[in-house]
Amino acid sequence: MSDGIVLDRDDLRRALVRIAHEIIESNQDRDRVALVGIHSRGAFMARRLRALIEELTGTPVPLGEVDITFYRDDVGSRPIGDQPVVHSSHIDFPLEGTTVVLVDDVLFTGRTVRAATEALFDYGRPDRVQLAVLVDRGHRELPIRPDFVGKNLPTSLDQRVNVRLEECDDVDEVQIRESRPVEAE
Amino acid sequence: MKHLLSIADLSRPDIERIMGVAERFSEVLERDIKKVPTLRGRTVVNLFYESSTRTSSSFELAAKRLSADLVSVRSNGSSIDKGESLRDTIATLSAYDPAAIVIRAPWAGAAAIVAGHTTASVVNAGDGKHEHPSQALLDVYTLRRRLGSLDGADIWIVGDVLHSRVARSNIHAFTRMGARVTVCGPPTLIPRDVEALGCEVRHDLDGVSAADVIYALRMQHERMGDSFLPSMREYVANYQIDSRRLHPRQLLMHPGPVNRGVELSAEVIESPQALITEQVAAGLVVRMAILYELLSGGRQGVAGPAPVPTVEQPA
Repeated sequence: MSDGIVLDRDDLRRALVRIAHEIIESNQDRDRVALVGIHSRGAFMARRLRALIEELTGTPVPLGEVDITFYRDDVGSRPIGDQPVVHSSHIDFPLEGTTVVLVDDVLFTGRTVRAATEALFDYGRPDRVQLAVLVDRGHRELPIRPDFVGKNLPTSLDQRVNVRLEECDDVDEVQIRESRPVEAE
Repeated sequence: MKHLLSIADLSRPDIERIMGVAERFSEVLERDIKKVPTLRGRTVVNLFYESSTRTSSSFELAAKRLSADLVSVRSNGSSIDKGESLRDTIATLSAYDPAAIVIRAPWAGAAAIVAGHTTASVVNAGDGKHEHPSQALLDVYTLRRRLGSLDGADIWIVGDVLHSRVARSNIHAFTRMGARVTVCGPPTLIPRDVEALGCEVRHDLDGVSAADVIYALRMQHERMGDSFLPSMREYVANYQIDSRRLHPRQLLMHPGPVNRGVELSAEVIESPQALITEQVAAGLVVRMAILYELLSGGRQGVAGPAPVPTVEQPA
């Protein structure tokens, strides 16, 4: 494919539909599945997954989002002027007794997921937490593995994985580019 | 941003960035667990050479809500009582390797001096008659919550402008955010050349009905001799904000603590127009945002995204 596009619009939709089916299947005996997206593209993906799951099951699914800025493990080790933009978190349903599926676009080192898990527990105590990602690009630095994966993409460390979603980028696609290793997971 | 020494140093985007972070922290304070791990393992020193209730307690709580460790030093009961100089006190406290020193002192420029003698970030929590930047930021935050924007708002700052670091910081902050500022008070309590800060000066309250916001200042008895006012009764008659002068559409602010019956009458303090308790609540999230702004941006000696190893290898 041209320009390093590894998932186009249809691939991306199929991947999300498959993840939605897998979430339903693996949580059949429980009716309290909730989706929490990680800012910002994970939050858009969680919204789409909720629509798909509600369509398939006919039951409403609680939806929330977390911003992990205040939970990062590199606060204070970034150069001055390079602070990340802070977004808001919204989880307005009780987490007690739920299976929370954390949703993110790219799984890389695992540090974002660690921070998101910690953030989640400041809102309450879910029964279990699962992880759904559109792309797993490898290079984990923490003992974290996804439960639902759209596509496994073996990458090298100096490649960049760009997920673009219509909600913020006007197009649905996943692209791999060669670049300097400045990663924004 | 390394230090917060004065509002005069800040641009409008700087102020807006801090406001944005403060809004995010207001969400954190609505949760069951009102604490985030952002500054875990870092130390904040509160050094207060003057009495303070809300500024010191809100910086203290802000540091704790960000999971920092906190040391509070007050001048009475510490070595400062025994005559230790500011510079020696800073050297002593710097031995704990604090990430931030929050200082209030009766001398203008004290915070800037401290910034020159420590590697920590310094927050000016009030230096003499100079500035009180965190108060101005929380006042901007409070007004933005009510008005949406300060652009075009008419704000009157009334009372003892001469002794007020709050007035100086707020003239800078309000004008920078697009408001028109008028200062009003008896000629003896208005600093000479205050117009140079970009505000108008009035000596009576005749035009105050045009204001959107009335910001009353505390009469600072402790900073004045007796030559500033002919009598307190005359001041009250001419400058007190009471229900007769405060219109229902106007907002009323005061940095606290209020001298009841002097700059404000008792009934306007309890009125729906008064934002005084909202100002106190805003103080917590804004001070969290200030600590975040200063401490999230890099430690001394750290050049890039990856921490530089500082352990020297034996040759």
